[in-house]
Amino acid sequence: MSTDESKAHEVAGSSHSPESEAKNGVAGTVILFFILGLAASLVVGWIVFPKLLYSQKNQPFSFNHAIHLDQVDDGCASCHSFRDDGTFTGIPKLDSCVGCHEDVQGDTEDEKIFVEQYVQKQREVPWLVYAKQPPCVFFSHAAHVKMGKMDCVTCHGHIGTSTHSRVYEQNRITGLSRDIWGKSIAGFKENSWDRMKMDDCAQCHAVNQVGVRRGDLKDPVSSHFLETVQMLFPTSYNDYKGTSVQTEKDGCFVCHK
Amino acid sequence: MKIDRRSFLSFVIGGAAGTALTPLPWKLTDDLSIWSQNWPWTPVPEGGEVTYVNSTCTLCPGGCGITVRKVEERVVKIEGMAGHPVNDGGICPLGLAGPQLLYGPYRVRTPLKRVGQRGQHQWAPISWEAALDEVTGKLTELRTKNEPQGLACITGDGRGTVYHLLARFLTAYGTPNLISAASAADTQGQALGRLTGIEGPVGHDLENSTYVLSFGAGLLEGWGTPARVFKANSARVDHGGKLIQVEARLSNTAAKADKWLPITPGSEADLALGLAAVIVSESLYKTDLIDDQNNGWDAFKAMLAETYNPEKVSGRTGLDKSIIVALAREFAKAEKPLAVCGRGRGQTPGSLAEALAVASLNALVGSIGRAGGLWTVAPETDTGWPEVETDAVATTAMAKGRIDGAAAQSPDRLHRFAPAVIEAKPYPLQMLLVVEANPYYGLADSQSVKTAWEKIPYIVSMSSFMDETAQNADLVLPLHTYLERYEDVAGSAGFTRPYIGLVRPAAKPQCDSLHPGDVILKLAKALGDSVAAAFAWDDYDTCLEETLGDKWQVLKEQGYWVDENFQPPGSDGAFKTASGRLDFAAVAAKNEPVALQGEEGAFPLVLIPYDSMRLAGNAIESPPFLAKTVENTVLKGHESFVEINPKTAQKLGVGEGARAELATPRGKAVVRVHLYDGIRPDVVAIARNLGHTGNGQYKFLAGKGVNANTLIAPVEDPVSGLDAAWGIRAKISRI
Repeated sequence: MSTDESKAHEVAGSSHSPESEAKNGVAGTVILFFILGLAASLVVGWIVFPKLLYSQKNQPFSFNHAIHLDQVDDGCASCHSFRDDGTFTGIPKLDSCVGCHEDVQGDTEDEKIFVEQYVQKQREVPWLVYAKQPPCVFFSHAAHVKMGKMDCVTCHGHIGTSTHSRVYEQNRITGLSRDIWGKSIAGFKENSWDRMKMDDCAQCHAVNQVGVRRGDLKDPVSSHFLETVQMLFPTSYNDYKGTSVQTEKDGCFVCHK
Repeated sequence: MKIDRRSFLSFVIGGAAGTALTPLPWKLTDDLSIWSQNWPWTPVPEGGEVTYVNSTCTLCPGGCGITVRKVEERVVKIEGMAGHPVNDGGICPLGLAGPQLLYGPYRVRTPLKRVGQRGQHQWAPISWEAALDEVTGKLTELRTKNEPQGLACITGDGRGTVYHLLARFLTAYGTPNLISAASAADTQGQALGRLTGIEGPVGHDLENSTYVLSFGAGLLEGWGTPARVFKANSARVDHGGKLIQVEARLSNTAAKADKWLPITPGSEADLALGLAAVIVSESLYKTDLIDDQNNGWDAFKAMLAETYNPEKVSGRTGLDKSIIVALAREFAKAEKPLAVCGRGRGQTPGSLAEALAVASLNALVGSIGRAGGLWTVAPETDTGWPEVETDAVATTAMAKGRIDGAAAQSPDRLHRFAPAVIEAKPYPLQMLLVVEANPYYGLADSQSVKTAWEKIPYIVSMSSFMDETAQNADLVLPLHTYLERYEDVAGSAGFTRPYIGLVRPAAKPQCDSLHPGDVILKLAKALGDSVAAAFAWDDYDTCLEETLGDKWQVLKEQGYWVDENFQPPGSDGAFKTASGRLDFAAVAAKNEPVALQGEEGAFPLVLIPYDSMRLAGNAIESPPFLAKTVENTVLKGHESFVEINPKTAQKLGVGEGARAELATPRGKAVVRVHLYDGIRPDVVAIARNLGHTGNGQYKFLAGKGVNANTLIAPVEDPVSGLDAAWGIRAKISRI
């Protein structure tokens, strides 16, 4: 038996030897550092990362939806209307405001900024749009509001009763609002308006069985949307195969420009 | 506790495991994918209300109807106007690229006064008031010296109210020198006029023709009104009609034709008369329109029999006799035959003899004034304005004749401009006003143009763009582009009915620019006296509305006016000749084709500049949308290619892509060789509309390729007095 082998035997036979303690110390250090790494990354991932990812921006001035909603007859559509060609106007232009705001109304600082900086100088207000989707997305308000009879609240929440404009959190990578991904960095949502990602569109279409059969759909947008839903939730509908030989689905370009 | 490599690795592994339990990797992946699908540097039009403005394109003489798509105030697309009588929804690549001209960096943004040497592109921005004061001062100085004829004006468009305002201004001021560029349309008009007694622009009924015989006309190269001609060509193919292309080079038109006849270049008139000879000798011609009692007919017949029998024509054209005879029979027997000429895009007037020969061919087969044929379309020239009352200074000066030697009512002779200025005959030129034209780049024989330029003491360029002429001017006055102004387009090139298109502003002026009509009115007012008295309008828009009279309402409503009751002259079989029938006397007169410049010994090849739909014409530099479509066998990097037949290249010892020197009697250039089976061995060709020399803002095609005008030179047609050059003798040497 060589010297090395006898040493090995001794070590194996005695768990309380100094070498054994040293090994336990190393294992403890390894576990400690593993936990430290784990904890640090969890802190970075859940707390630091969201703070770094989004910059905070203020709107040009605060807007009070509640006051305006009280004074109009047609709810949201009084200002956020459809044009004759069916396209949605989105945030109204200055022309819609000057009727009342030619002069300063009330004594708020925001009203003063609006009238003096924008109305009198005939500059459009550079609003930061919380609901703005990336340019590659095509979304038709007409299909959802006019044909689908959807309520604004379903996607936009109770913005109509807000009394001031929230801070606009801008994603530093995409340049889009945090509202698209949702406030929860984990992507959890409680309400239908908490997120505006493609999954949310698809989920709503699947849950509500919008246009159950392709043949029932008259407009091509909804018809093709069904196929997107089918792609994401393959078990939702089994009665239709798309035109693509490879995927048996139809075009992505209905919603993705 | 010892921190070692093992600790570090476990920290990293713990970190990785922790990270996987956070949203970070999934969120970053999502964000990066959104970012990469929407590159922030890719321009995206702002959202907003979409509107459409119906207007008229002025980028070529076609005058197509366009529908400009706007998002809010931003022009985002130009489409052909659906249902328009000229182009019915069609549009050419240049028309599509219009928004780039509106928003491009090559716009002149404010009046500019030269501060460095001419052509150095050093400018001081000045106010419109100062700029107009300066021009008025120079104009007043000439009139004070009793030399208003020392002013010449070159304009890009010889039609419409702006042209008439300019003509009126110059007449009241006292100079006869208003010069616009003549084109193949002028030569065709003269030729047809000599047969029918009715002169004016010619309309070609390509839509209804069943057999088109084209003598080099680049029907798919931008000839006439491209959007309309392309549609007509497609319709002809659909209906089983035929296109025969006679051309020395396999152009796009030749490639798409049913038959391509690569004849000896310059022998087109011979071939046309050769075909006529067969038609006459075999009595295949339509007798009802021809004045066969006239001496002209006998002389014509005798000339055909003597000089243009198939054997002789075969020798001159290089075509086999049997091909000529068969072609003549096929053409004469076709249901609705039509022969057309005007090489390439038809920018150069060309030989009158050739146009006459082609017109006579049409006359023989009865295509003049008949559906599927051609006829004269009298232009709307009467403005209804009162005669100009000139003062003594102007009256005296107007009698001194034009520097280009053109007589009243005859087409302008812009090709004589440079020699006249250099020789200072009949009098020295003291001031040049260029209105929406680019003669510094676009006139043939660039060296002479440069020399002439140096002799002109004061040059003003009125232009929307910083083109070569503007760069070499003393003062640049920025104009609204066609997308920012009102204007009338009187006539569409090659269209078969009298037509007016209304140009309407689609966008607010993007620069501190003015309407050319308003610049003229302001100058007239500033000059005062009889010049100011000649103009009753405060602004151009008022003048336009009043001038168009009862047509204004129609134009406002539908964007164009067409004479619905127009009857083609000759459709009733009556022409304005002595007998009322077609008169062949002019064709029978000795009209020799024009010889090319250069000795055959020193310059064994013939150089032909060719046109392409992918490169815009003279006054407009190709915008990026167009420039990017140019093939790399035409332009590669900064070098032009010369097309050479492989046999010729082998003799010269040059291969594909090799650099060579292309020399003509007027200049030389280094080019690269492109071997092309589609060109005759004795001919070489280069693309026109390259070789812009712009610097500064004007950069898209600047320094790219060779300007064909530096290699060619005008050759005057002895009968028409117009530039008849279609090429020049050349040689190619290895370098």
